[in-house]
Amino acid sequence: MSTTLDLASARNFGPDDRLDGLEESDFAASGTSIPSVEGVETGPRRNLRKATLDEKFNVIGAAVAAVALTTLLFGWFTPLTGVVGWVIVAFLLFLGLYVLLVALRSDRQEVKDRVMTALLVSAGVALFSALVFVVAYALIRGREALPHLNFFTQTMELAGPLDPLSLGGIVHAIVGSLIQIGIALVITIPLGITTAVFLNEIGGRFARFVRTIADAMTALPSIVAGLFVYAAIIQLITHQRSGFAAAMAITVMMLPIVIRASDVVLRLVPGNLREASYALGSTRWSTVWHVVLPTARSGLVTAVILGTARGIGETSPVLLTSGVTAVLNFNPFSGPMISLPLQVFDFVKSPEPNMVARGFGTAAVLLLLVLGLFTVARLIGGRGPGQLSDRQRRAAVAASAGDLQRMSARPLDERVEAPALPIAPQSPAPSSTAPTSSEETSQ
Amino acid sequence: MSKIDAPPVRRSLVSAPSRSDSAFKAVTFTAGVTTVGIMLAVGLFLSIRAGAALKVSGFSFLIEQQWSPDTRVFGIAAILFGTISIAIIAMCVAVPLAIGTALLISEVAVGRLKSFLVSMVDLMAAVPSVVYGLWGLFFLQANVIPVSQWISTYFAWIPFFRVSDASGQSLTEASAFTSSAFIAGIVVGLMVVPTQTSVMREAFSQAPIGEREGALALGSTRWGMIRTVVIPFGRGGIIGGTMLGLGRALGETIAVYMIISPIFTINWQLLKTGTNSVSALIALRYGEASDFGLSALMAAGLVLFIITLIVNFTASTIVARSRSGAETG
Repeated sequence: MSTTLDLASARNFGPDDRLDGLEESDFAASGTSIPSVEGVETGPRRNLRKATLDEKFNVIGAAVAAVALTTLLFGWFTPLTGVVGWVIVAFLLFLGLYVLLVALRSDRQEVKDRVMTALLVSAGVALFSALVFVVAYALIRGREALPHLNFFTQTMELAGPLDPLSLGGIVHAIVGSLIQIGIALVITIPLGITTAVFLNEIGGRFARFVRTIADAMTALPSIVAGLFVYAAIIQLITHQRSGFAAAMAITVMMLPIVIRASDVVLRLVPGNLREASYALGSTRWSTVWHVVLPTARSGLVTAVILGTARGIGETSPVLLTSGVTAVLNFNPFSGPMISLPLQVFDFVKSPEPNMVARGFGTAAVLLLLVLGLFTVARLIGGRGPGQLSDRQRRAAVAASAGDLQRMSARPLDERVEAPALPIAPQSPAPSSTAPTSSEETSQ
Repeated sequence: MSKIDAPPVRRSLVSAPSRSDSAFKAVTFTAGVTTVGIMLAVGLFLSIRAGAALKVSGFSFLIEQQWSPDTRVFGIAAILFGTISIAIIAMCVAVPLAIGTALLISEVAVGRLKSFLVSMVDLMAAVPSVVYGLWGLFFLQANVIPVSQWISTYFAWIPFFRVSDASGQSLTEASAFTSSAFIAGIVVGLMVVPTQTSVMREAFSQAPIGEREGALALGSTRWGMIRTVVIPFGRGGIIGGTMLGLGRALGETIAVYMIISPIFTINWQLLKTGTNSVSALIALRYGEASDFGLSALMAAGLVLFIITLIVNFTASTIVARSRSGAETG
């Protein structure tokens, strides 16, 4: 229905209203009428999400029955064995019993709903427990090596495969990882973010081409990136594996990730902020520097940190380019320089249990590094551009309260007299001075 | 008001950009060109170097199973078969889990649990592949072999699940089941689930609230609403996420390399020891390769790159054309 029709109907039904006065209030009065709530009893607020006793019994009963039945099947009735088989049989029995229990009280549609919800929850539980287990497994098996302090201060230069864990460490791999990711970041951050700014702020046909190419490059298998650097840089130019070559391979992998993530973040910057800046007469550059980038700051930081977390865990490009060494090497341009993921790979190739323990220890260090980076990214980012945290919002409110006090504290004659608006000469006071008077009364 | 009779002077509406603006434009343009330059350099270099090997082998590159570039007999039939079989097994593991978890997060979980699960999924996507490889090699391998044995015992009539030696005799000992495509596929599948889940969840959560409420108001149960509104709306997301995961699964190196034992014949028995993948082949052979051998590896890498490129572009086209993709632009 169009607005004019609304207005017409409002006018038609308006005049019989009890209120006399302006037409605007007629609209409001005829549009809605709120029934009086006096005398109406309101019951206690109900929780809509709580499961009923019935539903709880169905789930718990089916689970207990399934566990009991499966244990009987595996122990007494049939020659079935194995943990995996037990879990699968128990799950199938649970589903069957659950259907039976739900069907006692509800129709087919509800049975379907319950079973599918149970299936969704079990998919989630299976996935998350598997993933948490993968991470926990590395951390738990790594605890053998981690308590030895020398693990973080020594290199593997003097430690052989048969030496105990109290000798040798991975400081060379930690340093190598940090140097390589540092070089990669020095290239990736300026280049990636500037490219993302180009895609969003300049635009045009070439920008679309750049975006397509960047998207295509996210499909580049990491081993192929490593092979490219091996053939193009190591074989043709440097003739030796080095930390720099590894950093180049990591850069090729990280650049498209950072470009895509920053592109998404910059696209979320509200257009009216840009337009406001242009309307105030600022140039493109100052709009980008003073409006777009600060608004998207937390998102950009998150994009870079997530790219770093991905880059630091890359094994296959480094495998081809950095070379394996047991010696601490600070120079990225000469000599092999190992990094954490490659060190893990190198350790677990050995059949010696101590080397495997070191491998898990290294993997735990790498994981903790990635988890730490991710937590930092979540703390900084996780919010859209322009959204403030509680603390920032309180700071902004305090700042504007301070401004209000400062302005209202100024003597009246210093304030700029607003020009009277030409529309209503018969009105008692120009509307623009109204706030001033209200401030005076509040003081 | 004074000089209305005089014709107005036509002003030029084109303004000269300020100096800072021209510099800004030049710098960002250079960044764009550099990015494209790096990317094109990778593609061109790969194609040129791969050309030398492809010229020698010709079409047999795609159908030959052996890999011995030094005797000029090499092809990627067996390797490509291994790569694709691992990726398909990975999809069989990953897609049901990803769809279920994405629906769980977007439709069932609420409040704080929901945001916790979302960041868990994002975190899992950042776990390095070498960690998954460790888990697959040291834990999963030992625990999944009984399952493999059980499947091959009871489903041997399906050719994929048969495990037999050269004479057709069925094998049952555990050593015949290690380092198989099945184990590698499970590990790669777990690795790509987080990527798929987050794409699918994104699509599901955009299903219009009006249509959801319409379904519920007509008396539908939650599952009925999911089946009639959320899944049709998010179909593009399901397909796109699956293919994105497939692209990653095809290119995965280190976890596969740690688990499989490489062979150079097509192995239809997915539960049996021995398979191969393009990326594992490159990791295995790059060091000892001659100049020509490297060129052959480049050709294999190029084929892998082209496949993942096709998969990714198909995925993004499907996502962009679907309803959920069209609305986010």
